[in-house]
Amino acid sequence: MSVLLFCLLAMTAGGVCSCIPVRPGKGNPSAAIGAIGIIAGSFGALTTAIKVLVNGRPINIKLEWPSPLGAFSVGIDPLAGFFLCAIFGLAMLAALYGWGYNAPLGKEKNPGDRCAWLWLSLLTVSMALVVIARNAVLFLLAWELMSLSSFFLVAFENNQEKVRRAAWTYLVATHLGSAFLLVMFVLMGAAAGSFEYDSFSALHGHNSGFINLLFILAIIGFGTKAGFYPLHVWLPEAHPAAPSHVSALMSGVMIKTGIYALIRLVAILGPPPAWWGWILVAIGAVSGVLGVVFALAQHDLKRLLAYHSVENIGIIALGLGLGLLGWSYDNQFIMIAGFAGGLLHVVNHAVFKGLLFLSAGSVLHAVNCRNMEKMGGLLKNMPITGAAFFTGSAAISGLPPFNGFVSEFLIYTAAIACILQNRMGAVLPGIMVIGSLALIGGLAAACFAKAFGVVFLGEPRSPDMSKAHECGWAMRLPMIVLSVACLLIALLAPFIIPALCSAIGNIATGMVTRDGAVPGLLKTALTWISMGSLIFLILLVLLALLRRNLLQGHSAEKTVTWDCGFAGPSPRMQYTASSFAQPITNMFRRALDIRTHSSLPAGFFPKNASFSTHTDDTAHRYFFAPLFRYLDRAMACLRWIQEGRVQVYVLYITVILLILLLFAL
Amino acid sequence: MKLENICAYILALITAPLLLGAINRTKAFFAGRRGPPVFQAYRDIAKLMRKSAVYSGTTTWVFKAGPVAGLAAALLALMFMPLGGVHSLLSFNGDFLLVAYLLGVMRFCTVTAALDTGSSFEGMGASREVQFAAIAEPALLLGMIVVIRMTGQMSLTAGLNAFSSCLTAESGPTAILLLMAWFLVFLVENARIPFDDPNTHLELTMIHEVMVLDHGGPDFAFILYGAAIKLWILGALMVNLFVPAMTANPLVETAAVLAGMFLLAIVVGIIESSMARLRLLRVPQLLIAACAFSILALILVLR
Repeated sequence: MSVLLFCLLAMTAGGVCSCIPVRPGKGNPSAAIGAIGIIAGSFGALTTAIKVLVNGRPINIKLEWPSPLGAFSVGIDPLAGFFLCAIFGLAMLAALYGWGYNAPLGKEKNPGDRCAWLWLSLLTVSMALVVIARNAVLFLLAWELMSLSSFFLVAFENNQEKVRRAAWTYLVATHLGSAFLLVMFVLMGAAAGSFEYDSFSALHGHNSGFINLLFILAIIGFGTKAGFYPLHVWLPEAHPAAPSHVSALMSGVMIKTGIYALIRLVAILGPPPAWWGWILVAIGAVSGVLGVVFALAQHDLKRLLAYHSVENIGIIALGLGLGLLGWSYDNQFIMIAGFAGGLLHVVNHAVFKGLLFLSAGSVLHAVNCRNMEKMGGLLKNMPITGAAFFTGSAAISGLPPFNGFVSEFLIYTAAIACILQNRMGAVLPGIMVIGSLALIGGLAAACFAKAFGVVFLGEPRSPDMSKAHECGWAMRLPMIVLSVACLLIALLAPFIIPALCSAIGNIATGMVTRDGAVPGLLKTALTWISMGSLIFLILLVLLALLRRNLLQGHSAEKTVTWDCGFAGPSPRMQYTASSFAQPITNMFRRALDIRTHSSLPAGFFPKNASFSTHTDDTAHRYFFAPLFRYLDRAMACLRWIQEGRVQVYVLYITVILLILLLFAL
Repeated sequence: MKLENICAYILALITAPLLLGAINRTKAFFAGRRGPPVFQAYRDIAKLMRKSAVYSGTTTWVFKAGPVAGLAAALLALMFMPLGGVHSLLSFNGDFLLVAYLLGVMRFCTVTAALDTGSSFEGMGASREVQFAAIAEPALLLGMIVVIRMTGQMSLTAGLNAFSSCLTAESGPTAILLLMAWFLVFLVENARIPFDDPNTHLELTMIHEVMVLDHGGPDFAFILYGAAIKLWILGALMVNLFVPAMTANPLVETAAVLAGMFLLAIVVGIIESSMARLRLLRVPQLLIAACAFSILALILVLR
């Protein structure tokens, strides 16, 4: 534990040092210090997290704090260890990538450049603190630090108006969520008499209405961070605005801290009623399907990926919901399979979404454009980035032999076990999970066929594309590592089950053992899947050899794509991203609210014709925007309080103090 | 893994292209033609294997890897399909998910290879393919849930065997609804009429055929063979619903499944001879009907 705390301190120190202004010269010493601090710190901390995961023994530390609200108590158990592995693993790679990513940008000074490495290391440290905190006050402080450091990272290029707006949206959204959490923790602290997590076990005897209220507050508060529909509105704004390694870190692990905190809270509140599970399944199904449908309608590569985070958070919620159902119905199999699927998907999503954002960043870096409709044919100039994006696409679509399939399989297994129950309360969510997962799987494959196909395949759709170049090694290496991880997690899945089970043991205390009957069953199924993946790879190699053998001695001719007899095809005639997705987005037009702007060709020899579609976020447009307009108007009548004169404000303070004094008497 | 399981797998590998021949002969019979020989598909594949390939300058390794990975996925998926009472080569609880997702791998490979050519026709075909597949997927998986709920078995071999053995008059409607749902999935996944016309000559109206326009030589042979195996897999899924595993004799069981498969091929041939392709806008509606059939069947077994 002390190793981990030391590593966190070292990371912070590295971040602070990177802010020291240096004379501009050769190299970028501040980036080097910041990056090395994060990489070394994460590496050291990762060893502690892995140790806890492997031997399954929790570590706790409590240091008295000279503050009235409790102590600096932190602890790692396997559940925390699981999230820490994802956080430090991805932070390490993101830092390395960021080192290479920012290097050329250093020439034209960016306003956010000065302290970027400080914020990045603080983000990593605060995410780790959120996970290991065992005290509500410490948790809230870390949570706030996480929100602020990521806010400054989102506002990295704050000379652009769009980026500033995205950053504000994020700041407002995250603080709205924090407000709910503050209320929740104050209620909990008042009821339990202390802000220590240990003392919260006193809540068990409370009436169910109070516990349910806490759960609802947690769903809203943590759901805002995690990105449950319709609280996801900040995701598609903030992720495209942030630098790509920051997006990878935010989408890959920061939003998962919301999931972690929700799980931790449920673990504290004890055995859940069945409807908690139903709520999470419903949220998961809605977020999953709408997330991918919105993703299909996007033209902006990073915005598309941001919507896929909503989709994957939905899949995680489906797994957790089934886990809760199994817990409340006392069914070990459903509980373990559901939680295991959800938790494994947390790590899997960190791996492939990190990979996708990093490769999207590499594309952005090379062509300086996020609009997919202008891209095309990038695979030829950027073979490694392209292969990485392909791996990530297959993995996020849940296709074997990659890791996405394994976690989805676990969730499916839990749902099938639900369907075999006799209670309708279990059967219906089971059907809902299977139906929505199947639909999400198909749509995600469609969306990533579109993203990969339009960006990397075919012919360049604009002339800038042919100038694209592969990125440097500092950026390549993290992508290669994550691609290999996609495959390795799938092949080594059975060995992860014991660690997953000890993590689930932290949620439902005393119900799960590392090597019981249920983990054994899951292990068998996953062994089959790993074997299947292996057979697939072997068949792939054999068939490739057969193909090479068959083609030997023949000269493969190079020609043009079949042009249907029309001898002058141009790259503009290719299918675009919008046209590829149009049949599907048209099916979901009621949910999407697509607006089209077109000027149709008119007359003989028409010249200027254009057609464009624009998909706003419906939750933003029809819920949050009117809400905030209304709030704005309502608050306007209180504006007279804000005088602008310091004397009046001092008067306010005096009056409030007097009133408080009167209350105290 | 017994000898008979391996033999059944090899039999499926050998017989799969024959189904195409049976379909084409049926169509020829209805059109009053003699039609191509039953073994034409084998000849096509053999001919393509010997040829060299032609590649567009636009394409990359994705185009070349697509057919290989697609066929590998199909071969692996076939290992999980039983032949009546003869068990599949591999089987575990939840294997149908792996099969469904392997078919997804096959589709993803075809679609990305099609987009790799940069042709607008192939992009169009790819776009339609992913749309139809996304709606067909729930119908397929929810149908399998019906089998699982009825039999309590979670693997393809055990589930399908138990389903066909416990068919009664009472479970008849469920079985028929399930058959209807899966038959629609079978038709759309294998690019048959009324979803797609394998014989069309217009790139604009094709779906599956247009995606493989640019493939040639061994690559195209792999695609043809992969498609034949996919036809077999989804066909066997339906035939196994109704061929009860009653005799312990593997020969009788295999013969029964083979007879069922050819009956299916003839039915497909009759449908192709008597119907026109649906308008593309109507296709999703029919697929949603397939999902509805699956859900109805599910409601019947939940009762």
